[in-house]
Amino acid sequence: MPTIEPEAVVGSRITNQSLSRWLHSLPGVDKVGLEARTASLGTRSIKTASKAWALDMAIKMMDLTTLEGADTKERVRSLCLKAITPDPTDLTTPQPAAICVYGDMVKHAKEALGKNKIHVAAVATAFPSGRASLPVKIADTKDAVNAGADEIDMVIDRGAFLSGNYLEVYKQILAVKAACVRKDGTRAHLKVILETGELETYDNIRRASYLAMLASPDFIKTSTGKVSINATLPITLLMLQAVKDWYDQTKIQIGVKPAGGIRTAKDAIKYLVVVKETAGEEWLTPKYFRFGASSLLNDVLMQRQKLTTGHYSGRDYVSVD
Amino acid sequence: MFDYSPAPESKDLVKFQASYGHFIGGKFTKPANTFSTINPATEQVLAEISHGTAKDVDSAVKAARNAYEKTWSKLDGATRGKYLYRIARIIQERSRELAVAETLNNGKPIKETRDADIPLVASWFFYYAGWADKLDYAGLGANPKAHGVVSQIVPWNFPLMMLAWKIAPALAAGNTVVLKPAETTPLTALLFAEICQQAELPDGVVNIVTGFGDTGAMMVGHPDVNKVAFTGSTDVGRIIAKQIAGTDKKATLELGGKAANIVFEDAALDQAVEGIVNGIFFNQGHVCCAGSRLLVQESVHDVVIKKLKARMENIRLGDPMDKNTDIGAINSKEQLTKIDRLVKQGVKEGGQAWAPSCAIPKNGFWYAPTIITGVSPANTVVREEIFGPVLSVMTFRTPAEAVAKANNSQYGLSAGVWTEKGSRILKMADQLNAGVVWANTFNQFDPASPFGGFKESGYGREGGRHGLLSYLKGSN
Repeated sequence: MPTIEPEAVVGSRITNQSLSRWLHSLPGVDKVGLEARTASLGTRSIKTASKAWALDMAIKMMDLTTLEGADTKERVRSLCLKAITPDPTDLTTPQPAAICVYGDMVKHAKEALGKNKIHVAAVATAFPSGRASLPVKIADTKDAVNAGADEIDMVIDRGAFLSGNYLEVYKQILAVKAACVRKDGTRAHLKVILETGELETYDNIRRASYLAMLASPDFIKTSTGKVSINATLPITLLMLQAVKDWYDQTKIQIGVKPAGGIRTAKDAIKYLVVVKETAGEEWLTPKYFRFGASSLLNDVLMQRQKLTTGHYSGRDYVSVD
Repeated sequence: MFDYSPAPESKDLVKFQASYGHFIGGKFTKPANTFSTINPATEQVLAEISHGTAKDVDSAVKAARNAYEKTWSKLDGATRGKYLYRIARIIQERSRELAVAETLNNGKPIKETRDADIPLVASWFFYYAGWADKLDYAGLGANPKAHGVVSQIVPWNFPLMMLAWKIAPALAAGNTVVLKPAETTPLTALLFAEICQQAELPDGVVNIVTGFGDTGAMMVGHPDVNKVAFTGSTDVGRIIAKQIAGTDKKATLELGGKAANIVFEDAALDQAVEGIVNGIFFNQGHVCCAGSRLLVQESVHDVVIKKLKARMENIRLGDPMDKNTDIGAINSKEQLTKIDRLVKQGVKEGGQAWAPSCAIPKNGFWYAPTIITGVSPANTVVREEIFGPVLSVMTFRTPAEAVAKANNSQYGLSAGVWTEKGSRILKMADQLNAGVVWANTFNQFDPASPFGGFKESGYGREGGRHGLLSYLKGSN
């Protein structure tokens, strides 16, 4: 697997100053233009065979998520069983990529999934605010990894980013990435949550994407799902453009995960169109694109049933979770 | 693989008659002297159209004169506005049908007729309907007067939209019209004639005469016509100007263009690439204000071209009726031949032509989106209007050089500037010799905004208050 020399990418020794210079030299983002492009891709009409393909791919890319203070072992177990058999009336239905839970639920999820290849992803690093000291964040991460988490979804320190302390953000990502290494030397996959709703401007989101990519994570992810603005199509397009440009420059392919607020199959298909026409077909795989979602699965299942049977069923024909 | 399955719009949304006469005095004449109009994407015949004769033109002008003297000039502005609002609403109600008709007859993608052409047509009528009872505030003093009978000749690139740009302000100002659609795209104008009937517009206020250039020349030359409005090529514009010289006929001419789209190194590059694509490949490049000359600052030339090529690989060329088609058919064989000849000339003069790998349908007229690099202001493809999906690329080093190269054209219709620097936008807009300057966008149209050119791009303005003035006495 190719690796990068961060110094070579930034063009200097890594200091806060050099990171700042590098990030602020990136081309700006025109809000009107970006949103117009997204709206235009949103008018693509995906029908019949391509719709069936997209619905199945959306399920395969799903990180089926429950991140509630009220989560229990039973609730997590029930979600895992749903992931194993999303639609008991149609066993050709694919399984989602992962179950996404809080760290203390990892062992329950692992137990419920057994030998199944569905991954367990854990949110860590004082999710969702990220307001804790680095040692606490590292301990949080290690705890989840030791419990068997296959993937870690960390949050960046938005306060540090917004105050221009890029070096701190970068160092924390590297430290968490190191904490993802298991005793046997393998490493849990790392997704870096930018919490784009708090970064607010598209320029900031592009800079945060690049800063995160410099630490070579497996994914960059939009949101925690816990703030008022979560994943949007323009933000996802912007991040897909960033990973594509990054790949062209470094040959390192990084994934994108929009999370929060994607509830309908129709929306999910729009995201897939944006993936195809921005980053390209190479990203149309669960390895490089994921949806962080909870209620999305049922809507996709209903659409899938409609395609197979020719009529709409209803909420009571898919399981509650 | 995520290939989009075909998603065709239904052809059954529109029913054409087998043959059409002219629309004169509120009625269709008997079809005579007919020629075929085709779907350029399939070369199938859609309907038979009448070729207007001197007699047809004369009776249309008479009908218009009669309507002007007896009804239209006697109505108050609010009542004229009422008819225009009615037409606008009917256009909205029949928008799907009109979009399909336009796509079938013109070859442009349904995505564009549905999302751009037809909504703009309706908005033009709504906008000028609002002006009809406010002419006292147009800046010409109280009670400005209409010219009378106006001959209007529109091109094939935006058939119904150009009709709306012409008819809406003319009627709002109190004129009556005789309009000729282009010979290759007459069908939506004839559907518009039906809409006039449906709106119970008084007979003779709008007359549609179909035919070729000779019919148009008779419309321009008719002694009882007070004003001529033309959109089309600079060559024909010159003929019209000569034809009316020495008469007291007024004229508005919207002619060719060769717009510079200028990308500075500090631009939002991804959105600039999007704007370049929209600037030249919208409507197959059959746009008089198309951004056909890309001027990109040397320091970002390579990255812009790389991104542009990657973006162009995603352009979907094919069946215009498919909702996912980005580039449709070239409107006619004649136009296709012209594009092909000019690109070959560009390559002969040393340019490098590049097009993405896209399948070209067997029937119909098609041209893959193409960029030509390595050309200079001396090359034919940089000087002549190609009117097709072909972009000529040049570089510049300084803002002054960008202005000099952009203004080095016989045309002066539009220009685009891409920079994150607000002050630079204002300075460039001031220095560029173009009627429209877009900043960080391209090909945006709004009925409230005047549109028109300098130099060989013509004279007079359409849209906004300025567009209204073209149809009132005391101004152009």
